Amino acid sequence: MLVFSSVTISKLISTCAVVILLLATLAACSTQQNSNNVTQAGPIVIGASIANSGDFSADGKPTQQGYQLWADNINKQGGLLGRQVRLDLVNDNSTPEGVTTAYQKLINVDHVDLVVGPFADLTAVAAAKVAHRSGYALIEGSGTAVAVFQQGLDNIFSVSLSAKNYMVSFAEYILALPANMRPKTAAYSSQDDPFLVPQLDAARSLLENGGIKTVLNEKYPAETSDYTPFAQKVIASGADLVMLGTFTPDSIAYVKAFKQQHYNPKALIAASGPDQGDQFTKPIGGVKVAEGIFVPNGGWYAGINTFQNDQFQKDYIAKYGGTAADISSDTVQAYSVMQVLTQAANKIHSIDNAKLIQELRSDSFDTLQGPVKFTPDGQNSTAVAFLFQWQNGNLIPVYPQDHAQANPEFPKPPWQ
Amino acid sequence: MTLIIEAVVLGILTGSVYALMASGLTLIFGVMDIINIAQGILVILGAYLSYTLEKYLHIDIILGLLVTIPALFLLGMGIEWAFMRRIKRDRVMISILVTFAVALVIEGLLNFTFTANYVQLQAPYIDAAIPVFGFYLPYIYVFAFILSGVLLTLLYFLVYRTKFGFGLRASMQDRTAAALIGIDVERVQTITFGIGVALAAAGGMVFGATNPFNAASWGDLISRLLVIIVLGGMGSLRGALFASFAMLVISDVIDVVWSPIWASTVFFALLIVLLLFRPQGFFGRIEGRKQ
Repeated sequence: MLVFSSVTISKLISTCAVVILLLATLAACSTQQNSNNVTQAGPIVIGASIANSGDFSADGKPTQQGYQLWADNINKQGGLLGRQVRLDLVNDNSTPEGVTTAYQKLINVDHVDLVVGPFADLTAVAAAKVAHRSGYALIEGSGTAVAVFQQGLDNIFSVSLSAKNYMVSFAEYILALPANMRPKTAAYSSQDDPFLVPQLDAARSLLENGGIKTVLNEKYPAETSDYTPFAQKVIASGADLVMLGTFTPDSIAYVKAFKQQHYNPKALIAASGPDQGDQFTKPIGGVKVAEGIFVPNGGWYAGINTFQNDQFQKDYIAKYGGTAADISSDTVQAYSVMQVLTQAANKIHSIDNAKLIQELRSDSFDTLQGPVKFTPDGQNSTAVAFLFQWQNGNLIPVYPQDHAQANPEFPKPPWQ
Repeated sequence: MTLIIEAVVLGILTGSVYALMASGLTLIFGVMDIINIAQGILVILGAYLSYTLEKYLHIDIILGLLVTIPALFLLGMGIEWAFMRRIKRDRVMISILVTFAVALVIEGLLNFTFTANYVQLQAPYIDAAIPVFGFYLPYIYVFAFILSGVLLTLLYFLVYRTKFGFGLRASMQDRTAAALIGIDVERVQTITFGIGVALAAAGGMVFGATNPFNAASWGDLISRLLVIIVLGGMGSLRGALFASFAMLVISDVIDVVWSPIWASTVFFALLIVLLLFRPQGFFGRIEGRKQ
């Protein structure tokens, strides 16, 4: 019995050793898969997950358009590092779980050379975690919430303005108003979302320090479709200044409710929604209703004088039609991601992920959204927020002064 | 105080619309033992049909119901014939999977056809409002309440005052016994599924008039509808009506007197407590159907 047990144990130990050796070999192989260099033949495959269904499906298509437009352009110019580029795009259903599965597939099954980010904050974190395990860099454009950069991930690089800075320009503008014109009270109502809440918190802190009294500060769950009760509370607060942490549907609901209830604050800003063109203006009843509404801008607008923007706008219109004003910020962010990737790869003449991460940490880059320089946690330290406002049927930059096309309209005119 | 009155009024008015949508769901479950997860996307499909009629043919959204309700009735009968009728065992479980698949297909088609951009129905009475109790009450909520009242009354007469309704109620109680006394249970099921889906057309019109929507909007909607029919009692029309009002009024009042973050928590806590003492919901049957 004792001999039998000894044999069994020794067999077990041998088996374990073989398994460990096999796993070590596999791990080494998988690490080697990342050591891509420019001498390999065939196209460079870049993977990303796209929200083609689910909550972020409205952002999925423009994100895909940005990636695809860049791929078409770079291939026309001879490719990246002399190799053609192929995109491997997988639907993630707008969920972190879907993103995790998608990036596992891209990296472990499809063996893509590089990965770039999905849409949204939580999904960017999920993607970066999977990429981190395999030593991939993840450059992304829409994961900008504070929480994204608190994960201890050294492979995530966000090319866009950090969420907490979006409303800062608006707060600075309000505090710069003469004391007799400045709003006395403010109401803050935000969807409980990691991209939106930090925006309002940062602005509220500035405004409170500037003497503007908070009369309402409220969050509501993201998974809701009836916003009427939340709008009622803002209306009941009677605040001079209203700041909304919204996406498109809730921004529409708030504006409609305010108009229905004849509530017209002196200034109204929504984090997102008013920047969505006719997706916003049609449901609220036309551009006249939008008059005077502010929206922050992450660093790009049609006609801005930034790196390759003229060419980008022409290429976009040639491929997708419409006008430059129709270009979604999602498309711009996705294209900017690829601009950074291109410059980093060209500078090191490689698509080796470890070298790319090193390059991204140390260098600076140019994009449609302006210059990019990453902090150690992956934020873009050079991005500046602009303040936009609907005026006479157009959404135009009004602050800061050096980018303004007109003076801000204050106080907001009555609803039309 | 005005805020609470407004919350109660809007809760009742909005609750009537949810009652309409949930009635279809609970009716289908009552007759067929099928949980129609696709009811949410069918509501959105109804909203898109109204949108299409209004945008391209300039047909008023309420008038458009004369087209959208029959259209979804036929679609519902088609879905029942193509998929539901084939489920012979484990109807509840398999129906969840099948109707979820149907929902995903419809969502994909809607995304393909209309893109994922948010849209909202337009009509002069959607933005207009009348002053009552110190606040402005949008006409669309009043019209929605009247519409729901009319349709739910018609449904009541259909179920309790017609020969078809007799067959329907007999099928709800015992399908085998109903078949033995000469009721064409398959036909009853097909028509019931059609009616359940047709109610989604009306619900969709109101949903689309009061909320911006895209194909993905069905997720939140179906979870609310499922909560309503569980609270009211699976298969109970009265329950769906009562639970819709309860859910919307309680949530809206907590939203305004406390916090929106707590509204769902408090509501679900109340739901759990109720289900501990009445697992069958407000008006559900204590025993399941024995077949």
